[in-house]
Amino acid sequence: MSAQPIPISHWRRAWLYVLVAAVLLFLIVPMLIVVPMSFSGSEYLEFPPREWSLRWYASYFNSPEWMASTRVSFAAAVLTALIATPLGVAAAYALNAVRLRLTPVLQVILLLPQMVPVILIGIGIFYIYIQLQLVNTLFGIVLAHTLLAVPFVVVTVMSGLRSYDMTQEKVARSLGAPRWKAFMLVTLPQIKLSVISGALFAFITSLDEVVIGLFIAGGDNTVLTRRMFQSLRDQIDPTIAAISSLLIILSAVVLASVAVMSGGKKQRSEA
Amino acid sequence: MTMDIPVQGAHGLGRPAAARPHSGELAADSRSEQRRILGLSLPSLLLVTALLLIPVGWLFGLSFFKRGVFTFDHYLRMVEHSSYIAIFQTTFSLSILVTLICVLLGYPVAYLLAQLPRRWATLGMALVILPFWTSLLVRTYAWLVLLQRTGVINTTLISAGIIDEPLQLVHNYTGTVIGMTHIMLPFLILPLYASIKAIDMDYVRAASNLGASPTQAFLKIFLPLSLPGLIAGSLLVFIICLGFYVTPQILGGGRVTTVSMKIQQNIGMYFDWGAGSALGVALLVFVGLIFLVAHRLAGLERMFKG
Repeated sequence: MSAQPIPISHWRRAWLYVLVAAVLLFLIVPMLIVVPMSFSGSEYLEFPPREWSLRWYASYFNSPEWMASTRVSFAAAVLTALIATPLGVAAAYALNAVRLRLTPVLQVILLLPQMVPVILIGIGIFYIYIQLQLVNTLFGIVLAHTLLAVPFVVVTVMSGLRSYDMTQEKVARSLGAPRWKAFMLVTLPQIKLSVISGALFAFITSLDEVVIGLFIAGGDNTVLTRRMFQSLRDQIDPTIAAISSLLIILSAVVLASVAVMSGGKKQRSEA
Repeated sequence: MTMDIPVQGAHGLGRPAAARPHSGELAADSRSEQRRILGLSLPSLLLVTALLLIPVGWLFGLSFFKRGVFTFDHYLRMVEHSSYIAIFQTTFSLSILVTLICVLLGYPVAYLLAQLPRRWATLGMALVILPFWTSLLVRTYAWLVLLQRTGVINTTLISAGIIDEPLQLVHNYTGTVIGMTHIMLPFLILPLYASIKAIDMDYVRAASNLGASPTQAFLKIFLPLSLPGLIAGSLLVFIICLGFYVTPQILGGGRVTTVSMKIQQNIGMYFDWGAGSALGVALLVFVGLIFLVAHRLAGLERMFKG
């Protein structure tokens, strides 16, 4: 990983620094600006706010509809992470350990949910759910979100397994441990970080999902994103600024914990 | 950067098998044992089969029926009706434009971050990854607020005396392009960064030593080496753009209709499964063709490497 300077003076490419800084600002500023705006006291979201207040947070936390949707979304996200993680870990283990001609084919199939346009997945699931009477049920939502989340877990865990030496598990088995026990006691502790990252990505994937939810997550089980989408289409409700700020902070916290975990892993492996 | 952040659609397809020791006492390498281990992927495969393969196959069938009669009408309409042709044109022009902007803005970012000292590169990547993992809906909302008539951009421009009247920046094509560019940029930067990072800079130094100007060294050596990563990243962006629904729906204000929006309309409002399915199948065919092109140009595995 060379970080050696290229033989070009910094001045000769000052324009590059300026351009890159501008693009990075373009990426981050819209998100940062929503947070102070959510504390605005007025009906119109201003920046900087002329008067500060918590009224939009109050309007969020005092609304039974928003609260109900938040509960549904979090329940779905937790359940999705709990189901998608073992499924994804098992699949990643299999794809990593087995070298048959079938393996790459299975891998493509497992990753299809990330390749097929989500609108098509959405209407397909909607159609099936109508027959199975799963529309607007928590079970149906979790199942659909798990479909989207499994590829993330598979990818993350496979990258963890690639930097893990499988001979360790073989040693455990040659000493008499059954495969299952060897995995749990020897392999899993060492790929723990990629498993936790995968679970967090599964959680976020479920929490942020919009399109499929528009078809199958209504009624009593209206997810947060669907309610946000609907109120965005109609008018700009400043309550959404408060919810958005909370979601941004949540993403930042989740990412920071993933970064801290993998940073710690790096240091240990370098030591 | 050591985060294990998977890019959407970022995977390592078809990695060459690592050399495995053929130790006789371990029966693990017998093919039947391998099949049994492969069975661990069965639950996930069942899920994909039940919720993706079967439903999409079913929709494919439905796309050939209209009121119970076999017909090609839904597909013929796409090439005959001017309104349908316009929707495909909008979707493709929007996707091409957003992809081009992403390449122009994203390449310099990936290029510079790959060369900066580690601390700065990490900070820069954090600024790319945080938006990437923030809800698309939240980001679309942020742009709605920023771009509206009384939004930050218009009020700043007016108070700076640059414009007198607020610009119409949102609820149109412009707003859609801005919002989609913001959402798609990380999809280009992350894979491109990874592939640029893998380029051996000694080639560039060698070129300089042999008398190439920095511009020549970049154009003749660096750019060609980064091209596979760039092609893979931009095709990924293009494919996701083709299926975009949320952002054009909110920022387009009814003036932008993409294929996905038409599908939603057909199914969600009119319950016209045949028409909606046919559009979905058409979309899938385009996406499949692009994956094929990507595979030929850059190797599919590269496209899926985070």
